[in-house]
Amino acid sequence: MDYEFHWNVVFQNMPQLLNGAFVTLHVSVLAMLLGVVIAILLAIAKMNNTKFFSQVATVWVEIARNTPALFQIYMAYFGLGAFGIHLSPYVAVLSALVFINAGYLTETFRGGFQSIPSTQYSASKSLGMTSIQTYRYIILPQMLRRIYHPMTNQFVWSILMSSLGILVGMSELSGTTQRLQSLSFRTLEFFIVAAVMYFVITKLVLFGSSLLARRLFKGEI
Amino acid sequence: MISVQNVHKSFGDLEVLKGVSLDVKKGEVVSVIGGSGSGKSTLLYCINAIEPINRGKILVDDVDVHAKETNKDKLRQKLGMVFQQWNSFPHMTVLENAALAPRIVKKMSKEEAIEIAKKELEHVGLGDKFDVYPTKMSGGQQQRLAIARALAMKPDYMLLDEVTSALDPELVGEVLDTLRLLAEEGMTMICVTHEMGFARDVSDRVAYFHEGVIAEIGEARQVITDPQNPLTQKFLSKVR
Repeated sequence: MDYEFHWNVVFQNMPQLLNGAFVTLHVSVLAMLLGVVIAILLAIAKMNNTKFFSQVATVWVEIARNTPALFQIYMAYFGLGAFGIHLSPYVAVLSALVFINAGYLTETFRGGFQSIPSTQYSASKSLGMTSIQTYRYIILPQMLRRIYHPMTNQFVWSILMSSLGILVGMSELSGTTQRLQSLSFRTLEFFIVAAVMYFVITKLVLFGSSLLARRLFKGEI
Repeated sequence: MISVQNVHKSFGDLEVLKGVSLDVKKGEVVSVIGGSGSGKSTLLYCINAIEPINRGKILVDDVDVHAKETNKDKLRQKLGMVFQQWNSFPHMTVLENAALAPRIVKKMSKEEAIEIAKKELEHVGLGDKFDVYPTKMSGGQQQRLAIARALAMKPDYMLLDEVTSALDPELVGEVLDTLRLLAEEGMTMICVTHEMGFARDVSDRVAYFHEGVIAEIGEARQVITDPQNPLTQKFLSKVR
């Protein structure tokens, strides 16, 4: 192999890479928060008896789960652009990630909700608890345990998928890496370092998530 | 007093209770026996207002259980219920399971609720399990937890729905012993059960359910050992 590694240029540009990593985290956290809020609404809509609401939710979930993330981002950036709605790369990627997160999490939430046996409701009722108390103390805490790890996975997925921002010129970690390597021609070095950074970020997220889980969930389920 | 008056209850087209009447006095233990699908568990769910009824009336201490103006959450505090599947809350310790309802439903202070919970857990022989999670315990222990959890609400009545049916045979005894203890202490109970020995020895009266009606009711020993109705005779000869 004749390739000679030159790492210096990478380290000189570290501040820019770190800034890109920050944007990556920023967009993924926001996409997760908004995705969760929308998914709660969609899950409620999907379990609702009103046909209109459940159909809207079903269509959302089906498109989000069965089309490539790449298309969602293109749709948000170029597709809406064709109709004169010009989103910045950041907003386009954010909207696409929110759309997909909400789609996946809807099913996670619905499954979690339906996995709580109906006998837990009768038991709570028989003790004189109101519906609100039953949800607050019995149903939601158990549901949270069941959806916690799927939610963590979805978050990690968001972080990795935000790298598709490279395609619409977003300055997150991948976009920044792309720009820097094209200026310096140290392609391999930049992408290796970026990959390591993604790895470290997701590992830290998983580690933090399991620490939090240990604090939150003491009982076994 | 619990007074069930000509109660009818259907699930869709299936009429499960076809005019059931039963009075249970304070301090009395009534066992309900009968084949599966005879409506005996449904009756308990109706008394506790977990299931609505179609016709008739159920009074608990002269309060109409199914009347619109009745506060059902409040009423259920009087009626402790234990289920076939013990339904412990898996995300809480044994102590938290028993202390939760006194604290949030009866609005007791944390200390008070814990004190009552501990007392009831000791009562059913779980004094050494306070900090254990229910999923780590045997079915019999979980069922005793369910009994203690209901007792912590200081109910006037206990409704027991086949509480030993889902247990391994060697665990049935400890739960029946707990119920025996409650009966001796004068707790008013309606027990839906398949334990004929328990029905005979512990209850004052036994009611035999057949296809949604009470086919026979009478003094416990008499119904179990010398049933008058041929349907009861047939049922008992099969389960013995």
